[in-house]
Amino acid sequence: MLKIFAAFVKKEFYHILRDRRTLFILLGMPVVLVLLFGYVVTNEFKDASVVVLDNAHDDLSGKLRQQLEASGHLKVKADLRSYEEIESYFKNGAAKMAIVIPPNFGSDFNARSNPQVQLIADGSEPNYALTLVNYASQIIQQFQQSQAGAAQLPYRIQVESRMVYNAQLRSAYTFVPGVIALILLIISAMMTSLTIAREKELGTMDLLLVSPLPPLLIIVGKVVPYAVLSFLTAVMVLVLGYFVFKVPILGSLTLLLSVCLLYLIVSLALGVLISTKAESQQAAMMFSLFSLMMPTMLLSGFIFPLSSMPMILQVISKIIPATYFIEVLKGVMLKGLGMSFVWKPIAVLCGMVVVLLGLAVANFKIQKK
Amino acid sequence: MNAAITAHHLTKRFGDFTAVDAISFEVKKGEIFGFLGANGAGKTTAIRMLTGLNRPTDGEATVAGFDVYRQSEKIKENIGYMSQKFSLYEDLSIRQNIRFYGGIYGLRSKEIQEKTKQILETLSLEVYADKVVGELPLGWKQRLAFAVANVHDPAIVFLDEPTGGVDPATRRRFWEMIYATANLGRTIFVTTHYMDEAEYCDRISIMVAGKIEALGSPHELKEKFSASTMDEVFVSLARPK
Amino acid sequence: MRRLLFIIQKEFIQIIRNKAILPMMTVVPIVQLILLSYAANNEVKNVNIVLIDQDHSSYSRLLVSKIQASDHFTIVAAVPSQKQGDDLLQGGEADVVLAIPPNFERDFIKEKGAGLQMLVNAINGQQATVGAGYLGSILQSFNQEIGLDAMPKLASQRTQPPPTISITYSNWYNPELNYKYFMTPGILGELVTILIMVLTAMNVVREREIGTIEQINVTPIRKWQFILGKMVPFLFIGLILLTVGLTAGKLIFDIPIQGSLWVVFAFCVLNIAAVLGLGLLISNMVDTQQQAMFVAFFFVIIFILMSGLFTPIESMPKWAQYLAVPNPVAHFVDVMRKVLLKGSGFADVAYQFKVTAVMAVVFNTLAVVSYRKQE
Repeated sequence: MLKIFAAFVKKEFYHILRDRRTLFILLGMPVVLVLLFGYVVTNEFKDASVVVLDNAHDDLSGKLRQQLEASGHLKVKADLRSYEEIESYFKNGAAKMAIVIPPNFGSDFNARSNPQVQLIADGSEPNYALTLVNYASQIIQQFQQSQAGAAQLPYRIQVESRMVYNAQLRSAYTFVPGVIALILLIISAMMTSLTIAREKELGTMDLLLVSPLPPLLIIVGKVVPYAVLSFLTAVMVLVLGYFVFKVPILGSLTLLLSVCLLYLIVSLALGVLISTKAESQQAAMMFSLFSLMMPTMLLSGFIFPLSSMPMILQVISKIIPATYFIEVLKGVMLKGLGMSFVWKPIAVLCGMVVVLLGLAVANFKIQKK
Repeated sequence: MNAAITAHHLTKRFGDFTAVDAISFEVKKGEIFGFLGANGAGKTTAIRMLTGLNRPTDGEATVAGFDVYRQSEKIKENIGYMSQKFSLYEDLSIRQNIRFYGGIYGLRSKEIQEKTKQILETLSLEVYADKVVGELPLGWKQRLAFAVANVHDPAIVFLDEPTGGVDPATRRRFWEMIYATANLGRTIFVTTHYMDEAEYCDRISIMVAGKIEALGSPHELKEKFSASTMDEVFVSLARPK
Repeated sequence: MRRLLFIIQKEFIQIIRNKAILPMMTVVPIVQLILLSYAANNEVKNVNIVLIDQDHSSYSRLLVSKIQASDHFTIVAAVPSQKQGDDLLQGGEADVVLAIPPNFERDFIKEKGAGLQMLVNAINGQQATVGAGYLGSILQSFNQEIGLDAMPKLASQRTQPPPTISITYSNWYNPELNYKYFMTPGILGELVTILIMVLTAMNVVREREIGTIEQINVTPIRKWQFILGKMVPFLFIGLILLTVGLTAGKLIFDIPIQGSLWVVFAFCVLNIAAVLGLGLLISNMVDTQQQAMFVAFFFVIIFILMSGLFTPIESMPKWAQYLAVPNPVAHFVDVMRKVLLKGSGFADVAYQFKVTAVMAVVFNTLAVVSYRKQE
């Protein structure tokens, strides 16, 4: 029996290895994802395009304009002559913010009559607008202080602030765990459901079911190669994160990998469950995409902070395995937490395994009759 | 010009593997030509070269007087084709399938209407005209596919294993349709591995491992190999020398 | 030309008959639109803070009440020791821990300054920065306030206050900085592009898997007729999708429609033409639907992440900005936002029209060329 089983698993491996294109994508996707998240998907701004409308044209306004450019993050695209011009720069996206310096800027400043600099941001991109305005305000404040010279207010609070767990504020710290969760899910759940659906579509599933192997073993056999493959990819992502993006692994590696395995089993069970329901590859694909991938990307706290979401979405996030998995990953990798801190989410994942496997097996039996 | 199809040293290689090895033959107009051989003998590749689905590696061939290399689109206007894979749209109704294929062969609306009526009558499928094809039994599907392959009144009809997987009675009915079509003056080029079907053909060729090993009327071949049935002819050919 | 019509008709019948497609065109996108608009939110609204007040002075109480009054913070606990604060940070209950040391008030007055300690969970760097920024501005105004409060007790007399510049700011087009106004049009552009690409990528390869493509290939139909016949129905699907999406966006999120819808729809047609070409190209390159899904999926992920939908293209490295040029999602997202939110006219988005037109020509030519009637 074991021999037949081994032969069967071997056959499945051959299937996967022969399909170069799929294999390439399965192995290439995580790398691309990690690189994209590492280098491309970033909110920090450099070279933001702004326009300046200088109504003063005096010494001080010239200095302010210089200071804005010297900051390194703002690029003055154009010097405008009239207020009306701003709109056209916003409409075709050539500039994101306009800085309006009032007439008599220098003399008003020296007369202590508090001249008013106006910042107009293209609010269609709210976060960008917010960051830009904050950034420009800071520069102007610094400018004001440097111009005021000695005449400053005493009594300062010194804030000693520490960015804990991620002192350099690297975005890799969030996306590496997220990508691992996503990859494990894609390969294990989606690929498994697709192959089983494919065998059903082609009618080869019946052929397998009449073989001497018990049906459960057949499913396990189909699942094993994908499990191995996805586990390897997860390790690859960890290695990439560690060496390329310097994401530390502070906690126990054994604990980390065991949790990956646990999550892998959850994903596989989900995949099998989907395939017992889906009659065609298209159906399996669509179902995986919308019920697994999307929620995992959006509602696990991977890309967007959960705490800002409406209550209902926060509740949904509680039934998504990735939410717990990512929590454990972050705890173990970045905070160096041990079992005593992360046993709760792990217990939830274990519960999910039991429920999902139970459902999958029950559904599979009904199908066989 | 009397030949519907001519082939001269027609060859197709896939990498190192020679699927069809320099075959030569001629099919006369109005003839039912049987193209026999075991599975994998190269029948399908040969038929795919003649219908313009595969480009030959070497040799020459004409179909309906057109060259297979340079005029494959011209050939396509003059032939009908039914592949071994069932190739009507299962999610379209009978009427919609006829309409679609008639349309892409450039038939006028009136012609399509007439054809639809005629096909439904011949196959006595009037009641099921608006049923989805996927719900029909296999034998009916195949006869419908044959009728659809003839929708534009082609001069030559290619049939690749048309009767695979159906019972003898259905096969008989199918061959009746082939005869009826041949009586209209159309040339039929049919591949099969059922040796009893060979008896229905005017002339047959037998392919073994990419080569044509025998060519003639069933009667001639039986005499030549001193056999009483085509089966015996085939067995004596296929036996390794 | 008539042959083309028959293909279009057949595709329409198949699409309508396919039970999976109709919901995919209506329910799924609307659900996605709603879900994404709510979920894809980078605002940091709620920061969980733990306070360690070891001073218990009037100043420290003032600070606590200021934090309490802020919308951005939820005080999850007030603990006496640093150790307890650290534990809460480690367990994930707290995002920020602020410690007010003993003698804060006394030091502030006596030494003309005092220290505070702020610990921020920075695993999500972006959130940490924003959270720290919120707290920073509270601390600044607190500093001003108690600084002025401490002033009269000081002996020295200043004749003149320091010169100042005041800053006012306004946000055009979206004064409330409603994040949904920003996301919903973009998501709609992304949804239309992606759905069309995936559907077409699977279309031709499906005919190949079933075997019907062979029957088509022995007919005298022209390659461009076949490809064009496949495209027209999907163009319609895309336009319906856009209409449904815009209506939903307007009804549910009240997204502004400042510009001309003609520009939006005209661009949509062009964009779908480009994407269809790409989808068919993928379809021609692969053998099975499964492969098609994966290749399409691969493109989808890259296209979305590099489209500027979630993070601005301007922030990407130069090479990634160049890669955004042949990315149909990027242009559609951009056009949707510009036209709907800012009322940009055709002239303002002429560049996007040009680039997309080039893509449409290139992708479709490649699709026709790579479609082989003969092997």
